[in-house]
Amino acid sequence: MKIHEYQAKAILAKYGVPVPRGEVAFTVDEAEAAAKKIGGSVVVKAQIHAGGRGKGGGVKVAKDALEAAEIAKKMLGMRLVTHQTGPEGRIVQRLLVEETLPIARELYLGIVLDRAQGKPVFMASSAGGVDIEEVAAKSPESILKEALEPGYGLAPFQARSMAFGMGVESESASGAVAAMIGLAKAYDAIDASLAEINPFIVSEDGKVYALDAKFTLDDNALYRHKDLLDLRDLNEEDPLEVEASRFSLNYIKLDGDIACMVNGAGLAMATMDIVKYAGGSPANFLDVGGGANAEQIKNAFRILLSDAGVKAVLINIFGGILRCDVLATGVVNAARELNVKAPIVVRMEGTNVEKGQEILRTSGFNFTVADGMRDAAEKVVQAARGVKA
Amino acid sequence: MSVLVDQNTRVLFQGFTGREASFHAQASIDYGTKVVGGVTPGKGGLMHLGLPVFNTMADAVKHTGANASVIFVPPPYAADAIMEAVAAGVPLVVCITEGIPTEDMVQAREFMRGKPSRLIGPNCPGIISPGKCKIGIMPASIHKAGNVGVVSRSGTLTYEAVGQLTKLGIGQSTCIGIGGDPIIGTTFLDAIELFNADPDTHAIVMIGEIGGSAEETAAEYIQANVKKPVVGFIAGQTAPPGRRMGHAGAIISGGSGKAEDKMKAMKAAGITVCATPAEIGEKVKSRL
Repeated sequence: MKIHEYQAKAILAKYGVPVPRGEVAFTVDEAEAAAKKIGGSVVVKAQIHAGGRGKGGGVKVAKDALEAAEIAKKMLGMRLVTHQTGPEGRIVQRLLVEETLPIARELYLGIVLDRAQGKPVFMASSAGGVDIEEVAAKSPESILKEALEPGYGLAPFQARSMAFGMGVESESASGAVAAMIGLAKAYDAIDASLAEINPFIVSEDGKVYALDAKFTLDDNALYRHKDLLDLRDLNEEDPLEVEASRFSLNYIKLDGDIACMVNGAGLAMATMDIVKYAGGSPANFLDVGGGANAEQIKNAFRILLSDAGVKAVLINIFGGILRCDVLATGVVNAARELNVKAPIVVRMEGTNVEKGQEILRTSGFNFTVADGMRDAAEKVVQAARGVKA
Repeated sequence: MSVLVDQNTRVLFQGFTGREASFHAQASIDYGTKVVGGVTPGKGGLMHLGLPVFNTMADAVKHTGANASVIFVPPPYAADAIMEAVAAGVPLVVCITEGIPTEDMVQAREFMRGKPSRLIGPNCPGIISPGKCKIGIMPASIHKAGNVGVVSRSGTLTYEAVGQLTKLGIGQSTCIGIGGDPIIGTTFLDAIELFNADPDTHAIVMIGEIGGSAEETAAEYIQANVKKPVVGFIAGQTAPPGRRMGHAGAIISGGSGKAEDKMKAMKAAGITVCATPAEIGEKVKSRL
């Protein structure tokens, strides 16, 4: 789960990481009031779950509260497009109004999981303010790394080594070390899977601040963080994905026209791949899971078909625990109940496959039974083209 | 022969009396696997499926002489179950559970460091040596005893590959599902080392997916050390970056973990890389 910058900063502040004084605003009035309270010039930042906001016009400086209100008026409700949002962009519904700070240096701090080591790794770089991917590609040696030992977090000596390694001046080093340890503590405490402060700044008077902040939370650990669940912003998620998550379906919307329903994540990805290979374009990723029942199949179907761009449906199930006759019955019932018009190609394998195919053939619906994944992909691509013509 | 499990493997079920565990324990027994009992805290002393139930793994190992365990414990308690099995000295621990918090797995892996137990998974279908021993949730009927070793991050995609092999009359020595999570016990590299050393494994199938760089690491090893034919496939060639594709480990981030880079590394290592999952069986046949 992703959270907003202002939410991430509130968490950081709780763990002793200095952040600029600021307030969230949902309306123009709130933005103006916040700016007045802060006093002087402020920065108005659009709150969406994507990076690259500055380039897209989502970060603006105002000299006073009046100008802040004008900026807020333009920014709230605007469609903000960045390199991370895709061409459709995001509608801005929240703003963060913050004090401006005189920046002397921009640094980078981040924590990710190192899979090979099996523990989180803290990263620090003197090249702040730019994408870390870019830094990693151009000058990987400028990224300093320290593993977080389970149970210990970031030790002060590790933080010092990175702070001095980035060339932080002595007068600012203890502040930087405290902030780095705070970030590592926050990462651990909220079960984050990714944390980033970019830029982490040293101000002209030698103080350090998190000027931006990003946390991604481990979905598997959310059950023990009920308070963090309130931070979820459904406006930032695709409505169909939100709906699917209510039924424990793993659904990701894509922009093609062939809907896919598959059991298992690996097979679902491979099904998308083979559809593309056959010349088609998948409308989604959908994993119904190993133990899907008739009710879940029906909900999956409903969600797939509520995507208006869908021209044909491919069902690819390798039934182990999920028996093919049960699946076929579920599919036929769903098609009947939802009055499905789109052509459906079904590929089934595994337990009771003959029974399942018989149920589909005699159902009276427009099912095409495929033999193997290649045949299924070719048939569904043809079916999708047939509807277009 | 086979790797890790065979007719002498004695298996305990952790979370034994639960619905899923009971179903799969029965399927394993029917397959001929030596299931020797299980653990459900608070139900020690009872019998389940005609086998003894224990309160702790230490008790269970002492009384049954088990040398493997399989975990069907819910996600909040699964990492603890792994550590309990390791502390009890079980040489092979297979964790089926999906959805374990990463932080819990960081701790479990740390706990395992320097101890002799091997973990398979979590979030995996398990391991099977066809005709000898089945530990996990894979459908038994699609497998056939033979000489191809299969290692995969995915469940149903493994069944797909195995189904194709069996249809072509090609049997398997052992099939290992290593799991779809970012932190796993047994890696591609570990599995391939085992298959390489097994005289009855004549060819290897490795099925990877986007995310991480375990496939690249294995490819390096294969190039330097493996003379047996290796056939590979990577799922997620069309997956968008930054999205978690079902498996917690299947995410392209920061420009790494792309299918394209993995396939390139595998080809460079002499692995026969399949463009689509439909040709895994045929490609193995052509390399035998």
